[in-house]
Amino acid sequence: MDMKEKMPITPTTPVPAPSAAIAAEAHEQAPSVADNVSHEREPAPRIDVPRPPTFDERSVDDLDAGQEPKMSADKVSVFYGDKQALKDISIRIYEDRVTAFIGPSGCGKSTFLRCLNRMNDTIPSARVTGRIELDNEDINGPDMDVVQLRARVGMVFQKPNPFPKSIFENVAYGPRIHGLSRNKSELHDIVERSLKRAGLWDEVKDRLHESGTALSGGQQQRLCIARAIAVDPEVILMDEPCSALDPIATAKIEELIHELRGRYAIAIVTHNMQQAARVSQRTAFFHLGELVEYGKTSQIFTNPRQQRTTDYITGRYG
Amino acid sequence: MNSITNSRWTDEVMRRRVRRRYAAERLFSALGLAAIALSVLFLAFLLTTVAAKGLGGFVHTEAKLSIDFAKTDLFLDPASLHGPDAAQTVAGADLEGAISKAAANEYGPAAAQMFSGAAVERLGAAIVANPDILTGKTDLWLPVASNIDIAAKDRGDDRSERLVGELQQHDALKRSFNTQFLTASDSTDASAAGVFGALKGTFLTVLVTMALAFPIGVLAAVYLEEFAPRNRWTDAIEVSINNLAAVPSIIFGLLGLAVFLNLMNLPRSAPLVGGMTLALMTMPVIVIAGRNAIKTVPPSIRDAALGVGASKMQVTFHHVLPLALPGILTGTIIGMARALGETAPLLMIGMRAFVAAPPGGIASPATVLPVQIFLWSDEVDRGFVEKTSAAIIVLLLFMLVMNGLAIFLRNRFERRW
Repeated sequence: MDMKEKMPITPTTPVPAPSAAIAAEAHEQAPSVADNVSHEREPAPRIDVPRPPTFDERSVDDLDAGQEPKMSADKVSVFYGDKQALKDISIRIYEDRVTAFIGPSGCGKSTFLRCLNRMNDTIPSARVTGRIELDNEDINGPDMDVVQLRARVGMVFQKPNPFPKSIFENVAYGPRIHGLSRNKSELHDIVERSLKRAGLWDEVKDRLHESGTALSGGQQQRLCIARAIAVDPEVILMDEPCSALDPIATAKIEELIHELRGRYAIAIVTHNMQQAARVSQRTAFFHLGELVEYGKTSQIFTNPRQQRTTDYITGRYG
Repeated sequence: MNSITNSRWTDEVMRRRVRRRYAAERLFSALGLAAIALSVLFLAFLLTTVAAKGLGGFVHTEAKLSIDFAKTDLFLDPASLHGPDAAQTVAGADLEGAISKAAANEYGPAAAQMFSGAAVERLGAAIVANPDILTGKTDLWLPVASNIDIAAKDRGDDRSERLVGELQQHDALKRSFNTQFLTASDSTDASAAGVFGALKGTFLTVLVTMALAFPIGVLAAVYLEEFAPRNRWTDAIEVSINNLAAVPSIIFGLLGLAVFLNLMNLPRSAPLVGGMTLALMTMPVIVIAGRNAIKTVPPSIRDAALGVGASKMQVTFHHVLPLALPGILTGTIIGMARALGETAPLLMIGMRAFVAAPPGGIASPATVLPVQIFLWSDEVDRGFVEKTSAAIIVLLLFMLVMNGLAIFLRNRFERRW
């Protein structure tokens, strides 16, 4: 897993890229507003060899042509103080498919996920540049209220983190603070619906007033998912939701992700490549703060275009 | 290879090392046990001495006295004593003279001064309760003066000892629970002195301290920990607060004197000013404990709440603060316990005055238990010695009750995560 430390920062050999990718690169280097933005940025330590083409943009464009992305990131970079954690990430997330972010530890995939609902705002030294849109609206813009954004873009964390309150209160908290229910029975309906969608209702319906922390790890994580969907978000971000769970609980969460697909746009960070292959339709491979490759999951895992992707998915490093 | 390994793990050098390790462990646990035993010993010593000296303060000696009201010159008409002014009328009469005459009659001239001021009050109360006793002869048990009390309990001067001996022959002495100690205030007469005034003063002072220091301290801790930007100013504030917690309490007294009394002209000796002064002293302790408690709330809880779209304030007040509350309460208990036992700053703002009545409110003159103990320990009258220890017991019980309450509250709020 920690092989990345031994990896040279600069690839020693140019990555063989198909001609389509080179064309895409040429397309990418066309002057654009986003380019100007990136020039205004303070110079940060960067790899000083020309970067290999990040992904086969045209093929993804072909795949997703004519569809409105739910969220789109354009040349997003994140700095922690002087250290650049993410470099010019451009990615799109669609309503009807699960997008998986894979990559070795510390490659920035969680950082990127946390940009999407501005959780990085809570880290004082973090600075985000570039543009991220939700339904074509800039999430960092002055018209966007961060609290509402986080309700619209829900999040499930790596470690199950239910509130130390009852199961009911855990799920009811979001609707309550956002005033989504007019009375008790409505609130109860929301809680029941959310727990049913999270596949937890049958297990907890008789003990809604017991503590959420008394559940098993997998149940806690499904409770967290229920809590996230209780405010009826448009996007759900999952940050390694299964890394603290056993295989059976993991299978349940994956099944749940399948069921939630279509209703919510889902982005999931995972360390587990099999999981990415199982649950996602799009996969993005991050390495050292860069988006190395983005494409159809089946293509990434069977026919990666980048050498680094091949190395990673075949277990050469990471 | 195998033989080398075997010899390495079992040879003499290794065995000695293992023995030394065990010896070090035994030594450490012995030292720990010794430290605990020593502190238990100190505690036991403290409690037994205080109890041995102080329990006598809760008991007083009473002597039987028969008063033939016909022979006294009280000039009280039982018929006039049924109205609401009865108490005042009785108080105007020379009850003390009546008691001393009756005592001299019964037990000889040496007994004329054997009853205390408390006895006068007791007699007055008895007359008000039942004015008809004035028509005849009545037997009453009245508390004796403190020199007789000491002679009866322990060893007094020769005259008192003789008198006690005589009273015991008449079977005219008994011990009973000294309710007056818990209901009366300070007095120049040791047998009539009680802690109620000081207890009430302490209660009011602590109430004021609590009402000021807890919210201000908690809000300051929350702001510094959750909202304030990290910069040089907040660092400076943090250092100042830490230093404030270490400032000697007498200096807070001087500050209280200068600001609350001289500048703001608040009433002297009042629980209000005492409470404000102690609040200054307690607040830094609460801030430090509060910040530490808030720091221990796992960030995952904050993330969870932010993730469903809670605002910073909702995160703080719905999640962080409830989870930090047990820790904050622990700090508050420590701070309040320190405030409760504080004497020096209160001396500076005039709470060492002789106050013979319980305070009516937070603005009326009062004293507090630790100051009362300090004042009594300075008294010449031997009767105050056991009162001092008894007051210490009351103070410790008060502290115990308060801490018990706080711990109960803390456990109710305690949650696992």
